[in-house]
Amino acid sequence: MLNTFVVYVENKPGVLTRVASLFRRRAFNIDSLTVGRTEKPEVSRMTIVVDADRDQALRVEANLYKLVNVLFVENITAKPSISRDLAMIKVSATHEARSHVLELANVFRARVVDVAPESLTIEITGGEEKIDGLLEVLRPYGVLEMVRTGIVAMRRGTKSDETAVPATSGAGVATVASDDNVSYSV
Amino acid sequence: MIKTGAQILWECLEQQGVTTVFGYPGGAILPAYDALKYSKIHHVLVRHEQGATHMADGYARASGRVGVAVATSGPGATNMVTGIATAMLDSSPIVCITGQVGSKLIGSDAFQETDITGVTLPITKHNYLVTHADQVARTISEAFYVASSGRPGPVLVDITKDAQQSSCEFDGKPIKPQLPGYRPDLSPTPDEYKQALELIHSAKRPVILAGHGIILSGAMQEVRQFAERNNIPVGLTLLGLGAFPASHPLSLGMMGMHGEAWLNQTIQEADLLIALGMRFDDRVTGNLKTYAPNAKKIHVEIDRAEINKNVKVDVALVGDLKAVLRELLPKVKSQDRHDWLSYIDRLKGDVAVRDIQNLPDNGHLYAAHVINDLWRETLGSNTIIVTDVGQHQMWEAQYFKHEEPRTLITSGGLGTMGFALPAAIGVKAARPEAEVWAIVGDGGFQMTMCEMATMMQENLKVNIAIINNGYLGMVRQWQEFFYDRNYEATPLLSPNFVKLADAFGIRAVAVAQRSEVVPTVGMARKHRGPVLIDFQVEQEDSVYPMVAAGAALHEMIRRPNPLEETAADV
Repeated sequence: MLNTFVVYVENKPGVLTRVASLFRRRAFNIDSLTVGRTEKPEVSRMTIVVDADRDQALRVEANLYKLVNVLFVENITAKPSISRDLAMIKVSATHEARSHVLELANVFRARVVDVAPESLTIEITGGEEKIDGLLEVLRPYGVLEMVRTGIVAMRRGTKSDETAVPATSGAGVATVASDDNVSYSV
Repeated sequence: MIKTGAQILWECLEQQGVTTVFGYPGGAILPAYDALKYSKIHHVLVRHEQGATHMADGYARASGRVGVAVATSGPGATNMVTGIATAMLDSSPIVCITGQVGSKLIGSDAFQETDITGVTLPITKHNYLVTHADQVARTISEAFYVASSGRPGPVLVDITKDAQQSSCEFDGKPIKPQLPGYRPDLSPTPDEYKQALELIHSAKRPVILAGHGIILSGAMQEVRQFAERNNIPVGLTLLGLGAFPASHPLSLGMMGMHGEAWLNQTIQEADLLIALGMRFDDRVTGNLKTYAPNAKKIHVEIDRAEINKNVKVDVALVGDLKAVLRELLPKVKSQDRHDWLSYIDRLKGDVAVRDIQNLPDNGHLYAAHVINDLWRETLGSNTIIVTDVGQHQMWEAQYFKHEEPRTLITSGGLGTMGFALPAAIGVKAARPEAEVWAIVGDGGFQMTMCEMATMMQENLKVNIAIINNGYLGMVRQWQEFFYDRNYEATPLLSPNFVKLADAFGIRAVAVAQRSEVVPTVGMARKHRGPVLIDFQVEQEDSVYPMVAAGAALHEMIRRPNPLEETAADV
């Protein structure tokens, strides 16, 4: 199953390589990885989606903590959270198809960001399923090009201020992550 | 005071207590070597940078202090890779310092440029690229802290030439490491302690699996008290040998692929495994599906990422072993366990008959006899054995009985041939008062034998015992057992080791009779300088018992009946 990790790392050169190298070396499967700045200039934040069972997910977390530049790791899979993916989809839209495509984009609350004689480029933000849904209905018209950012995720409610490594190991005390508990929002 | 990066480097190393470094100069590290004239640190010139890393590793394992290796950029740095990986897999604290081309040249494929931080990323605990003099002090402070704390390991510090040459203000005050994400000081929860105690007290057939972590944590006394109070027998991993006295009534010897048959059987029949500072390596477990099928498992381990990696455990106590056992000990009840211990004694008696020690002397020289004789001769003196990798390493583990920690130095996890001689030189540099023996095979010795020159230049006495069987013996054994005796690429033509040693100025003798073993060992011990002994042993002997790769731990290939074997030999 897919696990979503929020990882705070020191904003230093080479840290992304260290994280990516860890996943390759331990043969963990990355579904998506995004990295960007946070409210603190010295800290970067990654959202990493990994295909892993419960034990593997615990080992991903433990191995991330072994990296000296990793500050805090949280598996938010089973916690109330918001996750967003952004996609730009260039779809073939000739004169006859154009209004249909626009209508579909509207239904999905997507925006048209570029119009060309033979194509439209649509920007959509949302959970992965929503984007997958739009893609599916656009495919018959001809998807010419697509780019997705990968998931960025955040817990709901007040910020978890626990950005220090926990002093107790917590090994084995896993909150069982199940798909039912994941909160999706559109 | 204004100082160059090179000067700051040596001053910071002195602050860390470094007295000896092992290295090899070259272009990109020359500014550092030039500044060595201001330092009291002794530099050992090696013959190959791999040797420098093994020496630093041996130094660290023998002393418990951080070992330091120095090399230049490019080939100097890449030659260190094997030694770094060796230290990584055996949790040995070393700091490797490499020169790097000038920071302006990085990425230009300049002469002797290698991205060594990239190369060593997966085989170091952490590494650094230093491009300014003002980063040197902080980096060295962090490197030593990371290398020696938590689960120890190698740290590489790559310093550009301009960082060594440029200057900055340096007040000489020690800098505290600032590593907000690095927390080596985890400890278990009270609930986890409680669960562990319940398992220990309800177990009928428990066994302790004692690993390297005991030595690294300095928890020998605590482990002994724990085992004695609850009468739990103790099996050791290869790197754990010495963590629990071999002569102790509760000691069951080494476990695993070439471990004692009774111990492997004990583990398979146990109802509780208490793993202390070990990581369930495949050489220890055999087939995981059939490993200790009826046992609950408690894992005391400092590295959280080891929990449930190979073997799923019931209770994990993550933390420093010594601290964990100190917390646990007062609550451990005394238990008798008479039935279980006498059952294990019966297992011991049944299998001891096949022991090579019980073979009658038939004129052949067996490696096991050589090693056992060496053990008897050096008994009670302050002796450290450093082995290479292969058959002789396993015979050492079986027939040399280690009572004290840090008396066996060997490459376990990576299995690095060529480790012994350079590591032994590092051991002798760290512990000059100890009697140091390098036990090597004829194969592995030839990988790093150039370091005999280093040993002589440093005037260090390391005795070298070559277990010479004319084969890459362990590979030959696998070919015998699993590849239909197709001895492809394993017969080995070696130089005349006696003449070779002579060229290095080392006294040397060849021994082919068992009766000569003890007198020759005695001569080597008395001689002022190092002595090399070429033990020409039985060529096609194998290490028994053996758990084949992928087999269950109790399915061991046993030494053929000694009586039949003797008859065949006569």
